[in-house]
Amino acid sequence: MARSTDQRRQRHQWLVHLVLLVLSAAFLFPLVWLVSTALKPIEETMRQPPTIIPSSFQWHNFRDAFVYGSDKLGYIPFLVYGRNTLLLCILGVAGVVVSNSLVAYAFARLKWPGRDILFAATLATMMIPFPVLMVPIYGFWRSLGWIGTFKPLWVPAWFGNAFSIFLLRQFFRTIPFELSEAARIDGCSEWGIFRQVVLPLAKPALAVVALFHFMYTWRDFLGPLIYLMDQRTFTLSLGLQFYQSQHGGTQWHLLMAASTIVVAPVIVLFFFTQRQFIQGIAVTGIKG
Amino acid sequence: MKPQTRTALLFASPWFIGFSLFLAYPVVASLYYSMCDYSVLRPPVWVGMHNFRNLMKDEVFWISLKNTAIYAGMALPLGMATAIALALLLNTKVRGMTIYRTIFFLPSLVPTIPLAVLWLWVFNGEHGILNEVLRRVGLPAPNWLSDTAWSKPALALMALWGAGNAMVIYLAGLQDVPTEMYEAAELDGAGWWARTRNVTLPFLSPVILFNGIMGIIGTLQVFAEPYVMFPGGSPARSTYFYTMYLFDNAFIYHKMGYACAMGWIMFLIILVLTLVALRVSEKHVHYQGG
Repeated sequence: MARSTDQRRQRHQWLVHLVLLVLSAAFLFPLVWLVSTALKPIEETMRQPPTIIPSSFQWHNFRDAFVYGSDKLGYIPFLVYGRNTLLLCILGVAGVVVSNSLVAYAFARLKWPGRDILFAATLATMMIPFPVLMVPIYGFWRSLGWIGTFKPLWVPAWFGNAFSIFLLRQFFRTIPFELSEAARIDGCSEWGIFRQVVLPLAKPALAVVALFHFMYTWRDFLGPLIYLMDQRTFTLSLGLQFYQSQHGGTQWHLLMAASTIVVAPVIVLFFFTQRQFIQGIAVTGIKG
Repeated sequence: MKPQTRTALLFASPWFIGFSLFLAYPVVASLYYSMCDYSVLRPPVWVGMHNFRNLMKDEVFWISLKNTAIYAGMALPLGMATAIALALLLNTKVRGMTIYRTIFFLPSLVPTIPLAVLWLWVFNGEHGILNEVLRRVGLPAPNWLSDTAWSKPALALMALWGAGNAMVIYLAGLQDVPTEMYEAAELDGAGWWARTRNVTLPFLSPVILFNGIMGIIGTLQVFAEPYVMFPGGSPARSTYFYTMYLFDNAFIYHKMGYACAMGWIMFLIILVLTLVALRVSEKHVHYQGG
């Protein structure tokens, strides 16, 4: 009997693999096509029926994508968009890690009046759609004269956000309280406990918060669309759009090459950090 | 004030500023603006319920609301089913799980513009790869981008490609299902489907509820992809969604008060749907140990 269960299980495994492979193909296909088009000669991008593997690999498409349009007036190098995006990512990630770890520490490991009410309110705000807040926040930046600058896109990161506070608080609470007590008896200040006891143990959770924000900023479209005016300040996600409309009669191969350059860094980043990513989501204990 | 309290408040202080400045103030201000004529350039002028009354008479408002409802009706159930199915498949402890997991998650990492450009290319009626495949297998190949009947399904199909995000959360939830439960069920002769139905899904139900509510909030706010792929909600406004009209009102027509009123109606819709979801789920959601 044990044998027949084994056989059934093995057959089952093969079936699962088959389904997963078909689904993987479906999920990968658009990306494969992105890279394939990025490497094609221009005349092949429109060929019927389409080819998956380019007849010749035009690696210079990537270089061409960087300098395309440099002979035109008002040309903005693609690298400037990249630099802007990276700058926003660095400033934002630093802010998110610093501010949320402080706030989450107060929620997870300190007692103060109003703590639980504010935490409940913080969770409830996750239900408020951004369009509700959009206009007053825009008005606020405008009154400071910050529209058209990078500031609206990274300054808020330094004042906490509900999701990161929630995620870090859940993690901080899993760290044994005896450790804090022992340090306190040794005469350690609260700041010392935070820096020397809790933060070193919370590295995986901090990495997740940092990663989430990096990917969010890298992908963000609505924020830059609302706040940035001058093409010189555009991010990659906004710059690519400009790239597409600027060059009448879209140069598909170059657009795909540029898109590949934008997509590649996040994919590489995820590939090397996915274990932490999944674990980090697990610790939030969303299950209620 | 006790010294411990002072320390705690100091730690929490960034959030006092963040919460008041970027949540509490905008909520109150937007409620006030929704009852004002406000263009940002001049101070708001109180008009009472005028914006809301106008919205009820605004044909474009209803079109955008209907479009959003139809889109959400397709994208949300399809997306949830796909994400759960993927998570269940990956939870069968097959080899190469990390590779599959990466593959399914990859699309969630693609920024909006490359994503939109890529799908414009996939859906292209003439030389799009999707229609090429459909023609090969003898299925009708619709004009996804220019046929009003197919533009919304195209976007829903595209959203399916991003199911990896929710899948990761389901996978994390699945790690908590006690293995003894499976073993007990298997000893009782329960097959894969019976185990899934009677053990896995009940344990997963709180996560499904959470993802469902987050899905409602996210899907109703659909903006960037249609904004880039279908300028002005083409064809024939069939992809002109709620948030697009709200955005246009705020930043193109400078009717900020009107836009705030739209925002609040959206919030009310989300609130009602969430309460309904919570109510419906009462019978079906099982919390561990309670």
